Amino acid sequence: MNILVCISQVPDTTTRVKFTGNNTKLDTTGIQWVINPWDELSLTRSLELKEDASAGVDRVSVAHVGPASSEPTIRKALAIGADDAYRVNTEASGAFPVAVQLAKVVREENFDVILCGIESSDYNGSSVGGMLAELLDYPSVSGISGLNVENGEPELIREIDGGKEVLSLPVPFVGIVQKGIAKEPRIAAMRGIMQARTKPIRVIDPDEVEPLAEYLDFEPPQPRPACIFIDPDHPEKLIGLLQNEAKVI
Amino acid sequence: MDKKKYLKSGEFLVREVDSRDVFVPEEFDEEQKMIAQTCKDFLEAEVYPNLDQLDKGDRQLMKDILKKSGELGLMGISLPEEYGGFGQSFVTQMLAAETIGAGYSFSVAFMAHCGIGTLPIMYYGNEEQRQKYVSRLATGELLGAYCLTEPGAGSDANSGKSSASLSDDGKHYILNGQKMWITNAGFCDTQVVFAKIDKDRILSAFIVDTEMPGVVIGPDEHKMGIKGSSTAQIYYNDVKVPVGNLLGARGEGFRIALSILHMGRMKLGANVIGAAKMAIDDAVKYANERKQFCVQIATFGAIQHKLAEMVIRTFAHESAIYRVSKDIDDLMEKFKATEGCDIGRGAIDAISHYAVEDAILKVYGSEMLDFVVDEAVQIHGGMGYSSEMNVERGYRDSRINRIFEGTNEINRLLVVDTAMKRSMKGDYDLFGKAAELYQQMGSLTHGQKDGESYHEEKWRCLINMKKAILLVIHAASAGFGKKLSREQEVMNNLADMISELYIAESLALRVEKIEPIKGGDAGLYKNMLDVFVYDAASRIRKWGLDAVYSMPASPDQASLAGAISVLTTVSGVNVKDARRQIAARLIEDNAYRI
Repeated sequence: MNILVCISQVPDTTTRVKFTGNNTKLDTTGIQWVINPWDELSLTRSLELKEDASAGVDRVSVAHVGPASSEPTIRKALAIGADDAYRVNTEASGAFPVAVQLAKVVREENFDVILCGIESSDYNGSSVGGMLAELLDYPSVSGISGLNVENGEPELIREIDGGKEVLSLPVPFVGIVQKGIAKEPRIAAMRGIMQARTKPIRVIDPDEVEPLAEYLDFEPPQPRPACIFIDPDHPEKLIGLLQNEAKVI
Repeated sequence: MDKKKYLKSGEFLVREVDSRDVFVPEEFDEEQKMIAQTCKDFLEAEVYPNLDQLDKGDRQLMKDILKKSGELGLMGISLPEEYGGFGQSFVTQMLAAETIGAGYSFSVAFMAHCGIGTLPIMYYGNEEQRQKYVSRLATGELLGAYCLTEPGAGSDANSGKSSASLSDDGKHYILNGQKMWITNAGFCDTQVVFAKIDKDRILSAFIVDTEMPGVVIGPDEHKMGIKGSSTAQIYYNDVKVPVGNLLGARGEGFRIALSILHMGRMKLGANVIGAAKMAIDDAVKYANERKQFCVQIATFGAIQHKLAEMVIRTFAHESAIYRVSKDIDDLMEKFKATEGCDIGRGAIDAISHYAVEDAILKVYGSEMLDFVVDEAVQIHGGMGYSSEMNVERGYRDSRINRIFEGTNEINRLLVVDTAMKRSMKGDYDLFGKAAELYQQMGSLTHGQKDGESYHEEKWRCLINMKKAILLVIHAASAGFGKKLSREQEVMNNLADMISELYIAESLALRVEKIEPIKGGDAGLYKNMLDVFVYDAASRIRKWGLDAVYSMPASPDQASLAGAISVLTTVSGVNVKDARRQIAARLIEDNAYRI
């Protein structure tokens, strides 16, 4: 069995978000990129399965849509333990274009299980996995919090109200992964980092695709206004502000 | 300007290098960054959630976490592949040390194991010893400790009373003695122990297994900080150490001890950067959250001044650390290419060569961190005094850095003493140049020219500071002669002047080199250089004048003081605005991302 984990890179959670282009684009200056947490957990679970001889997983690959500057993120996935990687050489410009490029990777290779994080921690679109399954005409299951494989037979677990459900389905399929599929993301070991130097990253030319939506405006939350001090000798000023500014009395 | 590609230790006092030949942290490659990220991830996953429990002195927990770091390969970063390590460059070793430096007492335990606990065997051990111990220390299967200090032998390490004598059958050394302040004592498997054989004048070194009969570990000391690190006394009562466990040659122990301390100082210099960045992160986050008078305290100039100064000193120290680390890498490569050079001895000889710089970086780095953690506590106000906050732990943990790996007092003496000895050995001409300058003392000017570029001006100021230092070296040597080393106050003045200059020059080299790649951001780095050089000039002037007026009265005293004042004259800088701009970046990023 071959598993493909789709990974996107997202800004580190401590990033101060800023926009450019008249508030239509994220300002990427100085951003430290990390693997999307849901994708990282998917990769961790895939590697656990590969290490379990009874699962019958032969290869764990990762696929990423992005320019060459995103290779450090891919290299980290290889250092964590992925066997090889595919990078579609274009900017990730929205859920649909990304799904189209990922579908191209899947069509070119033979994967049994394709895993996508349920969302990315930057745009939180929750769309790529479903779109990818549709484009490939594969079955998909969303919100999976458990994945077991026994002799090549997958078993999926979903959290539902008051309990959980267990499903089996034929390969190939797209699994859309919720947190819980693995306990903690793996830390790249020194040996893995050394080995990542020589693991292959295949660069694929992108398909032509028009985005289905465009970003018109990003609006950051308004900062809270500063306090106004009122002289205790002039309570009428407080009443005026409550009436005219706050409009609460 | 006469610039040379590689400088010998201390040669920076009389020569300049080209900024293009200096390594700067902005040049870390992808793999180095990934190794640093692994160290950071490890701290976040295994260390930070356990800090409170570790500080309760849970030896087993510290041991378990150390073992996990070994499984991840972190203990093998500094070791060659043939001994189970990953053969990383010295720059990478320092980057890992920097990152782990944010790990509070774990950092101390980890560095003691990987550095002074393991590397003596790697550097000075024979093949059998390396195969037996190093490859197991590399994975954390064995945990190491370094046992030099005794109740009566601290800074004067060679005065230790521990003794070893050959057994009648010639198979063992019988070791007796007492060691104290031993990091990792509570759980180490292997110890490098220093003792004198028979009536030897000089120490020898031994590899001792903790399980050998007669080794007794005392209870952990109650310390001000680094409470999670096990520190205890170890007693040796007729311990039978196999003769094959003598490390290096008989009587080579003192050399081993000093060389390992050089390495330890250098790594400490890297550790403090990680700890400082951590404290800055905590401080700026708090300043951005805490409101007084209805505004965030980060908006106050007094707080911005503190934040900026914390950043400047950390950044400047970091510049010097990686500059010398690359120098060490280059020298290691040169030694390795020498036929018959042992891989371990080559490495430690390269590190020990930069003895002037390692003493500077140990002193400057530990005092930089003490400043940074102190200001971090101050920015937190009352909360900074509460043990709920990380800055309180950071404040306590920082203090030891000025004491271990050779006190800062000893290291200040070493800065001056080593530079002078290297000059006398012929590595460079310190005294000749100093005497020459002294002759011209009356005609020296600050040399400012119309139309000089930004960096030309900075280099002129730095070269002038070097001249001021050389004048004081000449005057002190002439005034005190061979008794100079006993005039510790003057030696301290000189050490501080030399250290300040080295840090300032390293910062200038870095800012000059990164200007093209930083583009619109270059102003931020120039602000740091402006403030640092402006402050360094006045500090160097103060120390210089202190030294001059502490010397025996001479007719030249007034001229000398005048020359020092002229040579430390720099253009005025709006330090308030410069610091505010530096602080503004930190406050906007809400973390140290300079």
